[in-house]
Amino acid sequence: MSALPALAVAVPLLLAAVLAGAQAVCGRRVADLLAIAGALTGLAICVLLTIHTGHGLTVYWFGGWRPRHGLALGIAFAVDPIGSGLAAFICGLTTLALLFSCRTTGVKAPHYHVLMLTFMAGMVGFCLSGDLFNMFVFFELMSVSAIALIGYKISEQAALEGALNFAVINMIGSFLFLTGIALIYAHTGALNLAQIGAALAHGGDHRVVVAAFVLIACALLIKAGMVPFHFWLADAYSVALAPVCILLAGAMSELGLYGLARIWFSALAPGLHRHTAVLSAILVALGLLTALWGAVMALRELDIKRLLAFVTISFVGTFLAGFGLLSPEGIAGVAVYVVADGSAKGLLFGCVGILQARRGVVGQARLHGRGRDLVGTGVLFALGGLFMGSLPPFGTFLGKAMIDDAALRAGDGFLPPVVALASALTSAAILVAGARVFLGWGPPLPCRPGDADAEAVSGDDAEADLAVRTPRVMTAAVIGLAVVVVAAGVYSPLDDLATRAAGRFVDVGAYDRSVLHHAVAFRSSAGQPPHWFDYLYGAGSVLLALAVAAVILWAPQRGGLLRALKTAALAVTAPLADLHTGRIGDYAAALVLGVGAIGALMIAVMR
Amino acid sequence: MNVFPYLVAVWLLGVGLYGVITSHNYIHLILCLTVMQAGTYVLLLSIGYVHGARAPIFSGIPASARVVDPVVQALTLTDVVVEATVVALLLALVIQVDKRYGSIDPDEISRMRR
Repeated sequence: MSALPALAVAVPLLLAAVLAGAQAVCGRRVADLLAIAGALTGLAICVLLTIHTGHGLTVYWFGGWRPRHGLALGIAFAVDPIGSGLAAFICGLTTLALLFSCRTTGVKAPHYHVLMLTFMAGMVGFCLSGDLFNMFVFFELMSVSAIALIGYKISEQAALEGALNFAVINMIGSFLFLTGIALIYAHTGALNLAQIGAALAHGGDHRVVVAAFVLIACALLIKAGMVPFHFWLADAYSVALAPVCILLAGAMSELGLYGLARIWFSALAPGLHRHTAVLSAILVALGLLTALWGAVMALRELDIKRLLAFVTISFVGTFLAGFGLLSPEGIAGVAVYVVADGSAKGLLFGCVGILQARRGVVGQARLHGRGRDLVGTGVLFALGGLFMGSLPPFGTFLGKAMIDDAALRAGDGFLPPVVALASALTSAAILVAGARVFLGWGPPLPCRPGDADAEAVSGDDAEADLAVRTPRVMTAAVIGLAVVVVAAGVYSPLDDLATRAAGRFVDVGAYDRSVLHHAVAFRSSAGQPPHWFDYLYGAGSVLLALAVAAVILWAPQRGGLLRALKTAALAVTAPLADLHTGRIGDYAAALVLGVGAIGALMIAVMR
Repeated sequence: MNVFPYLVAVWLLGVGLYGVITSHNYIHLILCLTVMQAGTYVLLLSIGYVHGARAPIFSGIPASARVVDPVVQALTLTDVVVEATVVALLLALVIQVDKRYGSIDPDEISRMRR
């Protein structure tokens, strides 16, 4: 029982090594089964760990290097319910993604399975780790696996470019991360999060610590895809295989925020707590900006995968705003929202994967009306769109309601309407795409020669390759994801459990003492069910989504005011779209500007 | 504390970043990344450096001897391994880019896609 935290990472990594070694004898079927078994084992371990952790903290010291007299030299996994719960969610998502990819064409055994398992192990390790440098190593493991998975279809030009953009920008991010770690180590002499917290508690409010925090925060925000660090994300997520996208959009982006929250609350808050209010304002503003930017770009996008990438950006922006409240209620809301929204995004990417398997393309122009006979997929896609609009009473609604309540409690009354607007716009973008593809509604769109699809049609995915029936495992995986969203909303103790777990997550003193000395009791508070106005917001956001979708679909035919409105909206948002050039140099320049701006702002206000 | 190594680290990070932003060649761009990375190594090693101290290998020297900080050296070594992997992966991708486009200039490639 005591070795469980280590096993959560060791089992998938060992299995990946075995699969890689058994390349010659390992067929597709065997690799599929073994990889799914590995992911399921990870899931079981993480669930056990969550139950075992219960009300405290499970600390595992590698090699038995326990702290002496409150001084930690060893490397620890420090597991709390939020960390292990997120790890369990990641394992579950990986299981469903692997199930989905059993019938995906263009997947080579066992390389793909090895990469998926190392990707999962990296993410799980990142969730469980209680050591700053250890987090960095798992962060890198997850990045390297992700680079290989994004560039997996190596014969496609867009995949190569997406992988290169992702790799270069994230590598710059990891240098920032490492520089931040070095500065913190220089100041505190510690790498263990709790040890850093204990060291900073006495005179930690220092410019070096602020600079280190800025660097680490920017690195993690790059991974999360926050404006202005988000440019790589749309290029990368739109070229990966659908099952890989389920993991990228459902888990990896969110892990950037998890890392930021973990490092803030466990290590840096004791030293920088004086600046909590300022930091909160910056994070909320950045989050809301990202939420709106992603939503607007999603509405403009015709390639469905790229559209979903912008949806991901928008929602991670909402999560950042929720986390930026820096309150246990906000964290609890984000935790619920991440699970529900990650599953809903997975469901949508799964539907796109089915479309790709059946039709070979993912552009709305080429698919217009060609999905009419895929009734089941269409229904699931529309359901996903409504989940995104936070339709009561499902999981996405509960998450959003919890964030709204936390914002009102913190006195940020402007947050709920902005978040509702962003979720309505993203939902509208998805519903429009669904209506065009599965119902053939709206006027046909012109096919541009530069579409990503132009090359897919002439490339490897020729017509002969297409599936005649939707493979059952794909449908099963997608339905499984829908069930998670529904269950998250219907399972009523969830908000209470999440709030208690979040209370423990932010209890800095108890975390530090539990890791360095002995287990102590954590503070925690009870959750509240959604209020009546939350239902109003949910219903309003779904109605707004339907209205926007209707305008987009039918405005060009009706003429008059609506048409003028649509033309104006397109013209106003065009400069935003022009910023997405696809050039690494431009993205790196935006990154420098972003780090400079955020850094200058934080250093100016955190003096 | 000598400020010189820190200036070198900042210079390497900055000049590497400038190279990444202005690069017209993917291989050059990736090598610029390795220059940035060298900046982080210099920073890490100079944080752990103690003037006049010995290597942190406790065989044949007294346990009380002054040594440089072994932790940052371990961090650097770990990072070298991690980043070598990434660079190898990136260069492999560039080989594929060259096979597909016959060019490794990011600008030329984005013009071809239009």
